[in-house]
Amino acid sequence: MKNFLEEVNARIGGVALQNCYHCMKCSSGCPMAEVMEYQSNEIIRMVQLGEREKLLNSSAIWLCVSCETCVTRCPNAVDIPRMIDVLRQMSLEAGIKPAEPEVVAFHRAFLDTVKLGGRVNEPLMMVSYKARTGTWFKDLVMGLKMLLKGKLSLVSPRTRNRTVIHRIFKRTSKL
Amino acid sequence: MEYSYYPGCSLHSTGKEYGLSVEVVSRALGLKLHELFDWSCCGATSAHSTSFDLSVALPARNLIFAEKRGLDVMIPCAACYNRFKMAQHHLANAPGLRGKVSETLGYEYRGTAVIRSPIDIFHQDVGLETLEEKVRKRLAGLKPVSYYGCLWLRPAEICDFENPENPVKLDEIMTSLGAESRKWAFKTDCCGGSLTISKTGQVEKMVGRLMRMAVEAGANCVVTACPLCLANLDMRAPAENRLPVFYFTELMALALGLEGPEKWFKLHGTDPRPLLRSLDLL
Repeated sequence: MKNFLEEVNARIGGVALQNCYHCMKCSSGCPMAEVMEYQSNEIIRMVQLGEREKLLNSSAIWLCVSCETCVTRCPNAVDIPRMIDVLRQMSLEAGIKPAEPEVVAFHRAFLDTVKLGGRVNEPLMMVSYKARTGTWFKDLVMGLKMLLKGKLSLVSPRTRNRTVIHRIFKRTSKL
Repeated sequence: MEYSYYPGCSLHSTGKEYGLSVEVVSRALGLKLHELFDWSCCGATSAHSTSFDLSVALPARNLIFAEKRGLDVMIPCAACYNRFKMAQHHLANAPGLRGKVSETLGYEYRGTAVIRSPIDIFHQDVGLETLEEKVRKRLAGLKPVSYYGCLWLRPAEICDFENPENPVKLDEIMTSLGAESRKWAFKTDCCGGSLTISKTGQVEKMVGRLMRMAVEAGANCVVTACPLCLANLDMRAPAENRLPVFYFTELMALALGLEGPEKWFKLHGTDPRPLLRSLDLL
């Protein structure tokens, strides 16, 4: 059986995390560093040390904004954003209650509308997000303003071949 | 010059004025755009955060249509561009992925599509000299900082866009329109992206810093090429540092003297019309 490090490395499918020599360029340039409880290079080390529970239950994996700054600056081409994605997916697959429920609620709401129509319908996505989080009043004024300006389209064209979209989701997404 | 065109979901909704301005400017510059057949969403951050296979299969479906058409495909949204490039990269490199995805989609993925940014198309294919010749109203007095954000640029070897730490193409386009592009050190810093809905406070902090730096750089507006960047900068900026934010194609349309800009500007959260009127540009 693979240990945690081997499992994560296999799913990244690129440069092994052991290549990190902790120069900390990733953590220094990370725009979310101030709110993440573990820094990017610390996460790499924690994977090596087998800290599975801590990482899959962390806020950090959901707060990463996927800006790709870290991997661009990494002298060893360690794909940190991909590592974070792998940890997110492992966390969801393990049925762990996410430390940042709003972030995951957003992903679910977003993908639900894609599954439904092949394309994102923003008003529908917001209603679905608010229903999941109970944040009915947040950004309401902004949303109404946008609606009045005609920036949000209540009915937007959908993908015609939704059969294939459903098949894609059925085969690839467990969310 | 003909291109396939993938507008993506935002350009039909919150980024409406980006889509409209891309189309109007392309037409005026003699580019023919063919909207991609029955396109579907790229999956954006939500797909790659939750399922690798999903994040590849969603763009792949559109890439297959682009392959069939055989034209370079123009993608104005930075997030879509990034997801298409990433999918193409993984499909070329991950063993067995191509067969699996082709099977799910029911079409053979070949990997021949050429993915292009409108920034690159206007800068290279049209060219700055041609652009300058077509300018009817020079944007004198307009001092934009160019804001590239993340997803056009990174990871650099996959996006194949420009120097990821100091891109200049938007700045050069602005200069050829007669605007005074301001230098600043934050052109590739993140705006907070899709966390704007779920982590609003953090995004407000990030946008606040970008706007403060834009003001410090002597800018009177911000120009961008990403619907998510625009939405965040346009609506999440603090009251004390609030500059108008434009899509670069809106400013191109204005400088080329085309129909539409005045209508599009009404859609912005921070009304840019007072600034443009004060500069005699509207």
